[in-house]
Amino acid sequence: MTDAIAQTPDEPRRVDVGSLMAHDERTRRRNRAERRFQLYGLTAIGVGLLALVVLLVSILSQGLPAFQQTFITLDVHLDATKLDKNGTRDIEEIKKVSTFGYAPLIKAAAEAKMEELGINPEEFGVTGKDAQAMISKEAAAQLRRFVIANPDRIGDTVEFEFLANGRIDGYYKGRVTMESAERDSNVSPGQLQLADALKQGGALSKHFNWSFITAADASENRPEAAGIGVAIIGSLYMMIVVLCLALPIGVAASIYLEEFAPTNWFTDLIEVNISNLAAVPSIVFGILGLAIFINYAGLPQSAPIVGGLVLTLMTLPTIIISTRASLKSVPPSIRDAALGVGASKMQSVFHHVLPLAMPGILTGTIIGLAQALGETAPLMLIGMVAFVREFPSAPPEGFFDPASALPVQVYNWTQRADPAFVERASGAIIVLLLFLLCMNMIAIILRRRFERRW
Amino acid sequence: MNDMRPVERAVDTNEIKFDCKDCQVYYGEKHAIIDVDVKIEDKTVTAFIGPSGCGKSTFLRCLNRMNDTIDICRVEGQFLLDGEEIYDKRVDPVQLRAKVGMVFQRPNPFPKSIYDNIAYGPRIHGLAKNKAELDEIVEKSLRRGAIWDEVKDRLDAPGTGLSGGQQQRLCIARAVATEPEVLLMDEPCSALDPIATSQVEELIDELRENYSVVIVTHSMQQAARVSQKTAFFHLGNLVEFGETGQIFTNPKDPRTESYITGRIG
Repeated sequence: MTDAIAQTPDEPRRVDVGSLMAHDERTRRRNRAERRFQLYGLTAIGVGLLALVVLLVSILSQGLPAFQQTFITLDVHLDATKLDKNGTRDIEEIKKVSTFGYAPLIKAAAEAKMEELGINPEEFGVTGKDAQAMISKEAAAQLRRFVIANPDRIGDTVEFEFLANGRIDGYYKGRVTMESAERDSNVSPGQLQLADALKQGGALSKHFNWSFITAADASENRPEAAGIGVAIIGSLYMMIVVLCLALPIGVAASIYLEEFAPTNWFTDLIEVNISNLAAVPSIVFGILGLAIFINYAGLPQSAPIVGGLVLTLMTLPTIIISTRASLKSVPPSIRDAALGVGASKMQSVFHHVLPLAMPGILTGTIIGLAQALGETAPLMLIGMVAFVREFPSAPPEGFFDPASALPVQVYNWTQRADPAFVERASGAIIVLLLFLLCMNMIAIILRRRFERRW
Repeated sequence: MNDMRPVERAVDTNEIKFDCKDCQVYYGEKHAIIDVDVKIEDKTVTAFIGPSGCGKSTFLRCLNRMNDTIDICRVEGQFLLDGEEIYDKRVDPVQLRAKVGMVFQRPNPFPKSIYDNIAYGPRIHGLAKNKAELDEIVEKSLRRGAIWDEVKDRLDAPGTGLSGGQQQRLCIARAVATEPEVLLMDEPCSALDPIATSQVEELIDELRENYSVVIVTHSMQQAARVSQKTAFFHLGNLVEFGETGQIFTNPKDPRTESYITGRIG
């Protein structure tokens, strides 16, 4: 105690503010500190928003062109002498003609088209072979698929829209210029001029490309034909597996731990381990999946079922933690009320607590699913990086067929040399982000819809 | 003392519902209820009064084994309901709670319709064979809860949308819907305004005709108004138990007197 206080024990110690109109030093300091803190917060938000804008702009600017594709329209005469030499129209006979057999038809069609438009490729210094190279290598396969599906059209002349070669496509997307074509061994300026002439003649056009979304992946030298169809289906199958396994297991585990389990060292141990599992790097789950599901249980590689199982293990802690949190947030008075009228423990949980916790459980589940949807590392370990051209069949067999996944497809494409694949990868990222956005929207809607007050 | 005797004898003719002897409750190490002996009678309102933390709510919750849900809580002693030990291993607390209903401090209707709030108990106990019987139970319970006239036009409205006093009467109606023999009330009016309080008190008085009612209350006036018997708890001990009139006018224990006159608590 100071002397001053000892001398005047009854005098209260007041803050000497002087006039209320003038701020004293302490107040000014406090106000400055508050303003400074608000500035820090605003700066943090600003940096975050800027990063988001940069990310979105770069992805959209690179990825949106992937949804557009350059097509060349040709009238192809399906020459019976080449496709069906015996004239039997036997489908097995027709299937024997490989894509090499179709190439001359396309060549003939291209020449006919240029003649019709009055374009002489020699003018641009383009040989007939180079002119044919402007059409994607996928064209022959496309033609063959059509003929096998419609053998009765052999002998007719049919109009086809063929994909243009990736370089020609890149020319109309700004990726390839006359200057870069000079240095490029895959494309010459003459081909680009020829493409411009075709465009003027109406034989070449650029429009929306559904096959990017529906088609399978394509090989290194035909980026124009690559699509994310198999990856979407693979991701979808995995999400089905994750939802069917993780939701019931996770919810059952959380209900038991939260409502029934006695508090002892064992449940404490489980609790700590669940929290730790949530922080385990996902690649560790991949190794686990490889060791258990593939090497020990003998499930096929690259299959959505294995991917789904691994992602289930990864998602479970997220679901359990969020489910327990939402069970905990149900007021105990509801449990008391149910027990008070003579409901059993289980009735009180299933009739009252669970419905009230449902929005939180569903939100947690969807966020867990979204996390799983974007996961790459564990899938690489279980062989989902493979190049898959075949669509998996319908469930349940399809769960065991090889498939790809969206994030893995992105990873795959970014590793390829052709710059056209960068555009594809960004396009796939856009699709992935759209899926995530939709899932988060569903989570928000569910929460709004089922939210109750008590 | 003499003028109290006839009343005591009159009350003694009622059948004993709960016969509790040497009751001990521990919360972990803490001895929360010490050597409590109480006899609770049928068709009587018994009030538990006492300062905060004296164990009256704890003891009340022992009577329908609501304390079972608390892991660290341990109960010892004899709790006979109609001569049967309710803490016996063979007793299922769910059946017990159907016999001993409970109303809580804060109104806690289910976030469902008014109808479903009342119908829930009868449904899980299978008291109604069909919809018509269930409707009848709901109406009867709401009438007993003195809330029928206010809600009969909106049985499908959520129970949480009612006012605090209506919610509490809804909870009382929900408790009586399962036809319990004893009704436990844990400070049923502490969250209510004076008008709602007097409505609930009137209701408690009516309920006495059919049930044995045990009420925990902070308000001594309320205990004096609604109860016939009063038990005074202090620091886990049952200090005094007897006729409400006698406790309030002529307490035997000095601690009771101090509490009633406002010197402790």
